[in-house]
Amino acid sequence: MGVLIVDDEEPARMILREHLAKVGGLRVLGECANGFEAVRAAGELSPEIVFLDIEMPKLNGFEVLELLEPGIAVIFVTAYDEHAVRAFDVHAVDYVLKPFSPERIAAAVARARERLRRRETVSAPEIAAAARPEGTWLSRVVVRDGARVQIIPVEKLDAVEAQDDYVALKSEGRTFLKAQTLGSLAAALDPKRFVRVHRSHLVRIDALARIEPFGRGSHIGILNDGSRVPLSREGYARLRELLG
Amino acid sequence: MHPILAHRGRLLPYLAACAPLGLILTGLLARPGALALGEAAALAFPMTLAFAFMGLSAWYPCRRLPVKGARLLPLVATHAAAALLTSSVWVVLGAGLARLLALAPGWEALPADYDAEVPALFAAGTLLYLLSVAMHYVLASLEAARESEQREAELTILAREAELAALKAQIRPHFLFNSLNSISALASSDPPRAQQMCVLLGDFLRKSLALGEKASISIGEELALSRSYLAVEEIRFGARLGVEEDLDERGQECQIPPLLLQPLVENAVRHGIATRVDGGKVRLGIAYGGGRLRILIENPFDPESPVRPGSGRGLVNVRQRLAARYGDNAMLAAKALGDRYLVVISVPAEMPA
Repeated sequence: MGVLIVDDEEPARMILREHLAKVGGLRVLGECANGFEAVRAAGELSPEIVFLDIEMPKLNGFEVLELLEPGIAVIFVTAYDEHAVRAFDVHAVDYVLKPFSPERIAAAVARARERLRRRETVSAPEIAAAARPEGTWLSRVVVRDGARVQIIPVEKLDAVEAQDDYVALKSEGRTFLKAQTLGSLAAALDPKRFVRVHRSHLVRIDALARIEPFGRGSHIGILNDGSRVPLSREGYARLRELLG
Repeated sequence: MHPILAHRGRLLPYLAACAPLGLILTGLLARPGALALGEAAALAFPMTLAFAFMGLSAWYPCRRLPVKGARLLPLVATHAAAALLTSSVWVVLGAGLARLLALAPGWEALPADYDAEVPALFAAGTLLYLLSVAMHYVLASLEAARESEQREAELTILAREAELAALKAQIRPHFLFNSLNSISALASSDPPRAQQMCVLLGDFLRKSLALGEKASISIGEELALSRSYLAVEEIRFGARLGVEEDLDERGQECQIPPLLLQPLVENAVRHGIATRVDGGKVRLGIAYGGGRLRILIENPFDPESPVRPGSGRGLVNVRQRLAARYGDNAMLAAKALGDRYLVVISVPAEMPA
């Protein structure tokens, strides 16, 4: 079974490799020191299990989780993060706390194997949301763009449209698809800046140029780039309320 | 202590406030058919002065019997008895004075005239005493209000100091657990380095605890603490972490609150160096001149890395501590310039006493 180790500190990767060597039936496929490397390596090496640090350069552990294939069993590794640990407990995500014993690592691997066997998956956006301190919002959205990772700061995210199991993220004239529900994304964004204007549409208020009447009693929103967004009755009311 | 006698500044205004009473008493005694004006004044002013002091004795029963929670009967009985007693003594003193004044030529009739006024004076004395009781109750309640206000202010200061003490002693758990993990890693692969890290970590913890208890330390001591912290982090981060110092030797003895820089140096590593794939150098600078000490902490960071929880908290703490110690006389500026983050602190250069 293939394992990937992701941690930006060399001694931390070393001790993990050492403990994993004592667990039978595992092969460490690689080590990564930052989030970008982790996403790339996971794509190339197809590990079954990933040990994932939370605080790393480029992408944090939650962002990496969102970009990994959902079938991978992730075990978070952290030194001290009350919010994250609470989120892991709530969402039954496995984690180990630094410093850890070889037994703890072996137990985590055993549980990961069990999860893989039962094909259990976790919802990355929900975990990330649960780990965020209350009253704080997403500052950027990460999405895979082929082999590349695209980072969209929320101030450049103009609108989002639900498309089946995906959301289409519109930013600076480009569109990126991400496997996530519109509801979970909307819940992670600052409600003072983003409004759900329709069952399947979310807009950033500052990206909205104007509102025009459309047919009998209904309205349509025009974004700064000229694109049009339908407004439901409730969405229009919500907008009116926020715009005063 | 008596609220009026205990304060030098209060006695004169109090006596001045009693002066009109002397005039009133003079008027009472000099009314038609009673004493001559000169006789009345000669009696009234010394008697008023005497009463001014005798009236102050009302403080003691007032203090023993606070209005709040007291039963009415003992309260009235005590003050009434004290009023009658005080007034009696006062009238007798007046009689003595009248007899003394009778030695003056032409004032021979004064004792007899005074004795005729005794019932009126006795009534006036009783009333004045009760007035004094009322005044003392007002004074007592003012005093109590002032005291509770002062106690509240003292408690606020105490709470503030306790909070600061807790802040000073605070060692970030994140750092501690990561260091332990590094030691755990080195224990099998590189035992001498694991030992070295234990020593460095112990050194840092000991210094933090010792310095945190002091009110002031020299910037030199603070920098030594920063160095021992950075030495631990250098093992954790390897080649990613570098340190550069630019220190003005003349400023080394300047006194600052302990652990003032420590949270900023930790920020420079956690929110700066650690966000960069290739790491970078933390720069520490000290400049001294013009009666001021300037401290610079500079580090590179990756503007495109996710913001880590807790950023900004250390800076807020340092700001609060600077304000508590120096008021408006300290300056802290923090800003990002491209991919570099700079914190500059300027405080009055305090030399050790």
